[in-house]
Amino acid sequence: MADTTEHHQLEHAPHVHVTPLWIYIAVFLALAVGTIVTYLASLVDLGMWNTPVALIIATIKAVLVILFFMHVIHSTRLTWVTVVGSFLWLGILFVLTFADYLTRGWSLFK
Amino acid sequence: MTTATLHDVRLSGAASDRNYFNDEYGALSWFLTKDHKRIAILYLISVSVLFVIGGFFAMMMRIELLTPEGDLLTSDTYNKFFTMHGVVMIFFFLIPVIPAVLGNFLLPLQIGAKDLAFPKINLLSWYLYMLAAGIGLIVIVTGGVDTGWTFYTPFSTQYSNTHVFGTTFAGFIAGFSSILTGLNFIVTIHRMRAPGLTWYRLPLFVWALYATSIVMLLATPVLAITLVMLMIERTVGVGFFDPALGGDPVLYQHMFWFYSHPAVYIMILPAMGVASDVVAAFTRKKIFGYRFVAFSSLAIAFLGFLVWAHHLFVAGISVYSAMIFAFLTFFVAVPSAIKVFNWTATLYKASVSWQTPMLYIMGFIGLFTIGGVTGLFLASLGLDIHVTDTYFVVAHFHYVMVGGTVMAYLAGIHYWWPKITGRMYPEWWARLAALLVFVGFNLTFFPQFILGYVGMPRRYHAYAPEFQVLNVLSTAGASVLAVGYMLPIFYLIWSIWNGRPAGKNPWGAVGLEWTTSSPPPKENFHETPVVTWEAYDYPGMMKAMGETQHV
Repeated sequence: MADTTEHHQLEHAPHVHVTPLWIYIAVFLALAVGTIVTYLASLVDLGMWNTPVALIIATIKAVLVILFFMHVIHSTRLTWVTVVGSFLWLGILFVLTFADYLTRGWSLFK
Repeated sequence: MTTATLHDVRLSGAASDRNYFNDEYGALSWFLTKDHKRIAILYLISVSVLFVIGGFFAMMMRIELLTPEGDLLTSDTYNKFFTMHGVVMIFFFLIPVIPAVLGNFLLPLQIGAKDLAFPKINLLSWYLYMLAAGIGLIVIVTGGVDTGWTFYTPFSTQYSNTHVFGTTFAGFIAGFSSILTGLNFIVTIHRMRAPGLTWYRLPLFVWALYATSIVMLLATPVLAITLVMLMIERTVGVGFFDPALGGDPVLYQHMFWFYSHPAVYIMILPAMGVASDVVAAFTRKKIFGYRFVAFSSLAIAFLGFLVWAHHLFVAGISVYSAMIFAFLTFFVAVPSAIKVFNWTATLYKASVSWQTPMLYIMGFIGLFTIGGVTGLFLASLGLDIHVTDTYFVVAHFHYVMVGGTVMAYLAGIHYWWPKITGRMYPEWWARLAALLVFVGFNLTFFPQFILGYVGMPRRYHAYAPEFQVLNVLSTAGASVLAVGYMLPIFYLIWSIWNGRPAGKNPWGAVGLEWTTSSPPPKENFHETPVVTWEAYDYPGMMKAMGETQHV
């Protein structure tokens, strides 16, 4: 009985993944580089691409933070569902809001 | 660990003298408590005080509207009163009331847990709520705010000289209270269900709280960031919503309603959960189509995120976008209707006990249906243009929020009062109050449908003389409603000391909360329960009781 209980406890012990220090340093450096690139990009006039480029760099940085600093890369599938779901919801906000902005100029009666 | 059978649930066990009320004494034992039941009581007292304050503003508005002239309140004061009525009632009463009071108290009890997953965060939620409410009250006594509870720009950022910053800051903090409660509930439901309590054995109140919590987690952060953007634009002048600064006022409305329309479902979903539990208990039947009712909560939570721009039909949004949002709004009615039809099917050929909780739920079903169907009127683009910003809209959302959420809350507080306090409330007085609330509510708000349809605009302290008769009716109804709402405050408090002892299961109801003593002990259950029965297995329970009596 005692063995069974012990086995049961081991089976349900949380799996802890220890991330090597060099990964944290590499991610930090990548974030620092991202910040510098954002600044440099802001000095160049990319026309309509000014905002998208800044957003793409910011998104990459956010993904790095979520995956490594928030440990999502080693988390359960439920955590992945939660994270992906959050971005899906952000997508709903963006897509349906832009459905308004991008079609305002269209006219029913010309 | 022992296995409790349904039969045991109904018949076994003597009540323990120790309970969460008398386990510890002193003010600190309450203000530093981590017991979900005590935190629920703290919320109960807080939201009740805020409800009375919000109700005061409502009554003052109704008295002003007795006559066509603006003779009691100036237009500026009237603007502040309807704003503070909305802010207090929505942020500090309707949103927290069922999750934070009934949900906090019942969720661990209904799933056989000792507490929520994060008891300290639960207490933090209450302190955040109190901080927000405190700031809100300071705003009220120092001059108030006049923007309407929606804080529409550019009025709120450029022109209003009232306490916009303080009020939005209070809303921002209240949002975090809501987020933490939702997070706590989701983790608790996933991780702390008793052995044997599978998802399809959960009470529908738990399903409803789960769906509500998802909405709280996904929508509230958007409100927080929107209010922060508003505060930054108002104080520092960074342009988000002001066209002069490169912003767009309609963007504010998009972002605000991305939260605030789902917030309607934060208010109504838990109410629907209460309705399911009460209908089953007072018809002695399983809820018809249990899985459809459970998944319709999730469907409402999802679809509720896709309809927000129906609040913007006359704000200048694209007509194509408006058509999409109108269609999606019609779509969200489907899962709501599934619930109403399934409750009705449960009632069919049932032997209904007409006690107070059931009276309130019958009111809830009827009033919510009227509120929902008039919502479809408003989703229709052409009709919406006719009735936007009229009393038709006021009547519609009061039928949903007050006729729906408040009625269900009153049903729930009566249904679980014996569990919360260990005492029965006086049934006669409670039925009288339920009747007064139903009559008073309809007398208050039904005339407003007509007023709105014939053109009376909302948010004015004066109106054309031809609208007076219906306004007098509405104010008379509000007086009856106020009496109906005040009565429970008195007799429920009275019953704590003078009510008949309830016993562990006065309704003969199925559910883990009814297997423990009333009031429950601090740890909820003396032994971890093991669930071997389906949700709402009233037929099984009655069969077991019949066999016992036969023996």
